[in-house]
Amino acid sequence: MDLSSINPILLVASIMVSATPILLAAIGEMVVEKSGVLNLGVEGMMITGAVVGFAVAVNSTSPAAGFLAAAVAGALLSLAFGVLTQFLLSNQVATGLGLTLVGLGMSSLIGKPYEGMKSPTLPKLDIPLLSDLPVVGRMLFSHDLMVYLSLVLVALVWAFLKYTRAGLILRAVGESHDSAHALGYKVVRIRLIAILFGGACAGLGGAYLSLVRVPQWTEGMTAGAGWIALAIVVFASWRAGRVAIGAYLFGGVTVLQLNLQAAGADVPVALLSASPYLVTIIVLVIISALGAHGAPASLGRPFHASS
Amino acid sequence: MKRRTLLSTAALALTLGFGTAAAAQDVTAGFIYVGPIGDGGWTYEHDKGRLAVEDAFGDKVKTIYQESVPEGADSERAITQMALSGADIIFTTSFGYMDPTVSVAAKFPNVKFEHATGYKTADNVSVYSARFYEGRAIQGHIAGSMTKTNKIGYIASYPIPEVIRGINSAYIHAKKVNPDVEFSVIWAFTWFDPAKEADAARALIENGADVILQHTDSTAPQAAAADAGNVITFGQASDMGDYAPMPRVSSIIDNWAPYYIDRVQAVMDGTWESKDTWDGIGPGMVGIGEISDAVPAEVKEQALALKDAIAAGDYHPFTGPLNKADGSVWLADGEVADDGTLLGMDFYVEGITGDIPK
Repeated sequence: MDLSSINPILLVASIMVSATPILLAAIGEMVVEKSGVLNLGVEGMMITGAVVGFAVAVNSTSPAAGFLAAAVAGALLSLAFGVLTQFLLSNQVATGLGLTLVGLGMSSLIGKPYEGMKSPTLPKLDIPLLSDLPVVGRMLFSHDLMVYLSLVLVALVWAFLKYTRAGLILRAVGESHDSAHALGYKVVRIRLIAILFGGACAGLGGAYLSLVRVPQWTEGMTAGAGWIALAIVVFASWRAGRVAIGAYLFGGVTVLQLNLQAAGADVPVALLSASPYLVTIIVLVIISALGAHGAPASLGRPFHASS
Repeated sequence: MKRRTLLSTAALALTLGFGTAAAAQDVTAGFIYVGPIGDGGWTYEHDKGRLAVEDAFGDKVKTIYQESVPEGADSERAITQMALSGADIIFTTSFGYMDPTVSVAAKFPNVKFEHATGYKTADNVSVYSARFYEGRAIQGHIAGSMTKTNKIGYIASYPIPEVIRGINSAYIHAKKVNPDVEFSVIWAFTWFDPAKEADAARALIENGADVILQHTDSTAPQAAAADAGNVITFGQASDMGDYAPMPRVSSIIDNWAPYYIDRVQAVMDGTWESKDTWDGIGPGMVGIGEISDAVPAEVKEQALALKDAIAAGDYHPFTGPLNKADGSVWLADGEVADDGTLLGMDFYVEGITGDIPK
């Protein structure tokens, strides 16, 4: 087999682009679940972000405005989920699924006029010194801003949950909302903020799909990316670092297997095709097996101050 | 007595009410789609066919459809649901609906079923497809003439005869004009996943391909190619004219409308019979989208001549001498492939490297 046609520099660059949307959505959902809320509407919020981001970027010719609008749109949609589940105590699983359906339907309605249009895409950064490094510069330091923002976000979430008082409170709410409530913390308010954060992240992930990775608007274009993000949160046992590993593994193996096929590697295609799922699950399960990490104890349970 | 009169009058009114409703809508035609209508490709063209049926019959027909129905077990539920909701004829528009269509058809003998691109028929199941490989021959000709790296990337969906035929036809005609040409095939194992399709196009381009052919349904590979620059593509199933003149230099356009109108008419007239339709460029089921100015004039001329020859029946894209990839002889000099072999094609022609996944 001749794999010389695979250019490792371009490969790593593609992997980073491919992993970013899932990473953004997954890190947001992780925070939501850490606060004890299960929002299955990631797919719906992502695709809403994809269409709103695309529409705003086309109309304003500014991709930055597109990303901002996508985050706001994702957060607004998640607010609907938050009001239904936190104030009206609706079932989280059913509401989340409903959110996905609403997002898919609404996005195709909004997106109709934008089919086949081209959007301004994010410029690649030219970081002084770093981008000029041989090989590594091209591989790691000349992407668009969102790639780095997503990684910074992971680090911030990790530090927030581990080292800050606010992060401790958020985790406490997720582990035992009754105890947190008894200590005087505003469970519903904290959860709402987490839900909004998750929605904004999913919106950003969706916009990254429509503005950078594809880049165009097509109905139903997330094609299950939101569900992958949800699965990665679980397999990563609710830890920020592992979410990043999972997203990069999934994105990486996806791109790698396509490259192996393009280069004519002598590996069964069916195996290659299944490899992103297999590798991600196996690796994350092995990491998780090294310690006991359960789900947040209050995950998915409704809370009302009167109960 | 009075009450009885009242009741019978009511019953009569009811019957009449239903009678007029039925007269207003003679036929309900259902469509099962594998992707969203807005995919800009395969499903988009089927839906244009559905709208043409509505235009042609007006009030006399009601159309219903369901989008993004996964192939396999779930589609059986969707088709059953459609049959239960009163459809008289149901078009199932993807290869993977074949077995579910046949099995639902057995349960609803009075409903007519039309399955696209399959090969299993029954008394109430017809199959229809288009000879896309005729269009692929023209794409192959243009691709082989225009490639500078001599590497052509092909985004394939599933390893089914229709897709393999397309790869073979494109390869044969690219090779004819450019003996050095090489094909890289990526099996995406999906009909519709824009992000994956774009990734696949990017992987092919990064591996040196400067022509991308696709057998998936969305316009994402076009967008990825436009982004990369200096790469040409072809619209698949629909014109994808938004990406002309570059990267999209031509396209295969599926034109289902005449067939759909014809079959719904047959149901109305009561003349519907199970049949097997496989039409190409000649009858108009396969259209070739405008060849853009990015194509050199002489290549364009040759491509159009090839199209005319195929349409007139003077030339068959699978004409010998042709060998299979394992080196065995498939067609002798001048021999033309029979439809049976084409419909079940499960091999590459000589020159294409790699294996077809089983």
